Amino acid sequence: MKRRNIIEKIWDQHLIHQEDGKPDLLYIDLHLVHEVTSPQAFEGLRMNHRTVRRPDRTFATVDHNVPTSENRETKDAISKIQIETLQKNCKAFGIELADIYSPHQGIVHVIGPELGLTQPGKTIVCGDSHTSTHGAFGAIAFGIGTSEVEHVLATQTLWQKRPKTMQIKVNGNLGIGVGAKDLILAIIAKYGISVGTGHIVEYTGEAIHNLSMEERMTVCNMSIEAGAKAGLISPDQTTVNYLRGRRFAPKGAAFDQAAQNWLALASDDGAEYDRTLEIDASEIQPQVTWGTNPSMGASINDLVPDPESFDDEEKRQAARKAIAYMDLKPGTPIHAIPIDVVFIGSCTNSRIGDLRQAAEVVRGNHVHEGVRALIVPGSYQTKKQAEAEGLDQIFKEAGFEWREPGCSMCLAMNDDIVPVGKRCASTSNRNFEGRQGTGSRTHLVSPAMAAAAAIQGHFADIREFTAIH
Amino acid sequence: MHPFKTFEGRVCPLDRTNVDTDQIIPKQFLKRVERKGFGSCLFYNWRFDEKGNKKKDFVLNKPEYAQSSILVARDNFGCGSSREHAPWALQDYGFRVIIAPSFADIFYNNCQKNGILAIRLDSPRVDELIRRGATEALALTVDLEQQKLSAPNFAEHFEIDPYQKEVLLKGLDEIAMTLTYEDEIVAYEKQHEAVVH
Repeated sequence: MKRRNIIEKIWDQHLIHQEDGKPDLLYIDLHLVHEVTSPQAFEGLRMNHRTVRRPDRTFATVDHNVPTSENRETKDAISKIQIETLQKNCKAFGIELADIYSPHQGIVHVIGPELGLTQPGKTIVCGDSHTSTHGAFGAIAFGIGTSEVEHVLATQTLWQKRPKTMQIKVNGNLGIGVGAKDLILAIIAKYGISVGTGHIVEYTGEAIHNLSMEERMTVCNMSIEAGAKAGLISPDQTTVNYLRGRRFAPKGAAFDQAAQNWLALASDDGAEYDRTLEIDASEIQPQVTWGTNPSMGASINDLVPDPESFDDEEKRQAARKAIAYMDLKPGTPIHAIPIDVVFIGSCTNSRIGDLRQAAEVVRGNHVHEGVRALIVPGSYQTKKQAEAEGLDQIFKEAGFEWREPGCSMCLAMNDDIVPVGKRCASTSNRNFEGRQGTGSRTHLVSPAMAAAAAIQGHFADIREFTAIH
Repeated sequence: MHPFKTFEGRVCPLDRTNVDTDQIIPKQFLKRVERKGFGSCLFYNWRFDEKGNKKKDFVLNKPEYAQSSILVARDNFGCGSSREHAPWALQDYGFRVIIAPSFADIFYNNCQKNGILAIRLDSPRVDELIRRGATEALALTVDLEQQKLSAPNFAEHFEIDPYQKEVLLKGLDEIAMTLTYEDEIVAYEKQHEAVVH
């Protein structure tokens, strides 16, 4: 029998219809819904007198535009309508909604795994490009547009062209102070933001195997930043241990049976891929981006590059534009870049492990004068856990704002905005122009690096910082 | 969805690589619950300054491109966020065809679902269109049936997936088509109902 990788196994399991000259008709196991990309889809159903085929396979929350202030009141009238529209739609179509005051509310890619909705072997979609996060569990999970959201609501299926497969093999192990975020930023810096186009990526290798589930989510989350349709990791005992006891995970003997099936999904030894890339984990340093897309990154001990040093004119032109937008000078040491705002949050880095790492750096220190620093936990469940561990106290005593869950300053759809011309050290996933507010400047980093920057007022090598403090 | 057959329009050259959907339509315009009316927000931060005045040097603001309906850009157009508001804004503004050497996957799909024809063309040919579009009033004819692009001194065949071509040509309602596979969907579900939730 042909040795198959996990991508082929899951794809084949979900085929409903296959014929020449057409994409495959694929069954969708789980559809996650949020307020921003769903209203037009529900409206489309109504206009055509259609309904939601499987409300039991659909789960909704509000995350993108919700305020993170304590009272959670939306001042923006248009955002308010969008939130109310989701409430009405979920009620009308019988979809469970983790609403703003629900103990399960949070960023859709944080609560899916927390609730055990995300499981190995599933096909998972959501009207959000960071749906790739759920691939950490060994699921095929990808972002879709609103028309496809409507299609899944109505049919629980999607027409999908079989993607190519790519293996990104991470050899060796990450050094001390170097984390999952540095790993994925280094991969994107090395191979570029469109290397994955048309592919689903499986991350393999010793360094990947040794990551926790939360760290795996950070890696898979940014697969889209390498252009990939999805990114995933074969399930192992770490995956099974994470899921045991979660609300939507199977219980008792059914769990053990499920766990066996999950483990069998892992790519066969000797499975083939359309393309394989490799990277040596031990060579990766803490990363900081300097430009306006996630591949424009450097190690903490590097300098802001000279655009003229790039090997082709397109890259030179892009680097010139990026450096001008970012208001940086070529040759400046990365660690010397001063920052105004620190944002620790987003579907990339807002889980309990991320907050623990940041708190470890912050403990006993204080936020640098003139820096605004925010912690936005990914979900209520994460927030409660952090509070039970006293992490909120560490942050608050150090001068951080401790806020309510949501996407927040990652895309600044609510009031959490980086002002014009200000510079933010952010644990989020995109440093595009204006992403965190019109005219804002974003540097992507790990939670530990963001915490150290908050304290120093500029970037710092977390390995040296930890040794001194 | 309107069927797409042949189309003739003026080329607007956007000489940029990796144009992300945050640039095509910034997040502050994603709060509305309708599909229409996003054209005024297209490339907002590139078109307008902080006071809302038009930036004269941005290509869309130049009077000669006011009526253009074919956007030509460089590699990896539409990367980043999955927001379908991006093709909605392009369409509402007046673009029916987008040409680039490569597109991000989700954006390409989103165009397809809205009857916008996204055409992948070799870099040197895109370069030619961008250079000519910047210096002359370049009218381009797009024939989807024949998969041909033509302009004075320019003729090029383009590739498109046969299924996507058919959907565009007929303006198919994909959901209605999928619902004709109801029996197969039901059979699949019966066989796989063990999956929790």
